[in-house]
Amino acid sequence: MELKTPLYDAHLAAGGKIVPFGGYLLPVQYGAGVIAEHMAVRTKAGLFDVSHMGELMLKGKDAFRNLQHLLTNDFTTMAAGDCRYSPMCYPTGGVVDDLLVYKYADDDFLLVVNASNRHKDAEWIRSHLLGEVDFKDISDQTAQLALQGPLAHEILAPLVSGGALPEKYYSFAPYLEIAGIRCLVSRTGYTGEDGYELYCAPEDVTDLWNQLLEAGEPLGLIPCGLGARDTLRLEAAMPLYGHEMDENITPLETGLGFFVKMDKEDFIGKAAMAAQGKPSRKRVGLKLKDRGIAREACSVYASAEAVEAVGRTTSGTHCPYLGYAVAMALVPVDLAAPGTALWIDVRGRRLQAEVVRLPFYKR
Amino acid sequence: MEFPKDVLYMKSHEWVKFLDDKTALVGISDHAQSELGDLVFVNLPLPEDTVTAGEPFADVESVKAVSDVYCPVTGMVAEINEALLDKPELLNQDPYGAWMIKVTQVTDHADLLSAEEYEKLIAEEA
Repeated sequence: MELKTPLYDAHLAAGGKIVPFGGYLLPVQYGAGVIAEHMAVRTKAGLFDVSHMGELMLKGKDAFRNLQHLLTNDFTTMAAGDCRYSPMCYPTGGVVDDLLVYKYADDDFLLVVNASNRHKDAEWIRSHLLGEVDFKDISDQTAQLALQGPLAHEILAPLVSGGALPEKYYSFAPYLEIAGIRCLVSRTGYTGEDGYELYCAPEDVTDLWNQLLEAGEPLGLIPCGLGARDTLRLEAAMPLYGHEMDENITPLETGLGFFVKMDKEDFIGKAAMAAQGKPSRKRVGLKLKDRGIAREACSVYASAEAVEAVGRTTSGTHCPYLGYAVAMALVPVDLAAPGTALWIDVRGRRLQAEVVRLPFYKR
Repeated sequence: MEFPKDVLYMKSHEWVKFLDDKTALVGISDHAQSELGDLVFVNLPLPEDTVTAGEPFADVESVKAVSDVYCPVTGMVAEINEALLDKPELLNQDPYGAWMIKVTQVTDHADLLSAEEYEKLIAEEA
């Protein structure tokens, strides 16, 4: 049985088409439709309910040590008020999840994880904790909205009191009031645009949602669903757990090497990734040259006639802003250079594609 | 939601308009386009392909998903609406104007519903 976010009734009232996702009932789109919602975020602003995301609290004397051990990124140089992205790996180098770390203080962190991985992550972290640390899943006490798009700042700024909005990308202000509602606000997002993510108490989120929509409406703000969230992140080539990475794909293979600090002391997965050396396959961007749309899990071939597949797509869609179809795929490194011609089997038709540089879209 | 009376419908949300006993236009209903959402790609058969009543003959893709389109009649594809290949959104904008294929030599048809029956079906599904 799927859970409802506190905004479920607001979504229905706004004409949301509800689908099950990551254990929650969420709108895939509203009346405007996926394309209009996508374009709103690229050109003006969109508001997403992302209350399904998981929030985990990690506090205590050894909190930092645990992060360094559990996650592949290095948190040594992180200041209070910073957000930092990291994969979390199994000893094999495969990925448990990818997440965002918020640092309140040297001994106080918030971890934001994918909804569908929340329980798995909490269990994994709990079973690997070291030393003196207080760890708690606070997802049910936390709601989250994402306000994304070039006008996000203009919409949010007049509503702020009790401090300044975070200016730097990947930083946050822990205790702001937005329209009188207590929020943590970070300059983060999953769309490839400027924007904010706002965390508040579940009982306040409907009020926050309504006030943001009302304030943003004159500037073109509309509510956006999961459909646009996916096309936006794909157009910006942001990886998604379960697609571009999973327990069988290492962060190095999927192009997240920047977030794996192999020179850091020790962390779970380091030995395996060191032993594997340079990955033999790589995540690439593909632009379709033939008509059609490749989705995930399509076989990729080196020629129109080849019998043996050389890889598979991990995600794909029609990009509303770019106006063409793209996919991401894992292929051997010798076929990963931009300009390489590859063929994708789309339900029995072999479509030609070309390897292009990622991201597909950059603001 | 529109349910024009000059076409007949399939339960799977396609429409067929008979131009004469042997010739028909085929498309998807207003309800279908609304449920599918913004369409961004249409895969049509080729002229002279044979199509079979009750079998898929085309597929339409929204940004999120691909769906088969079923043929209301058996016959031969005389013409395809090539405008849809460049502008699949015509199916959203004008579902009864944007026919997908023209079928000739029609020899059979699937179970078809009148506008009233189809409208009732949609009301029951909602």
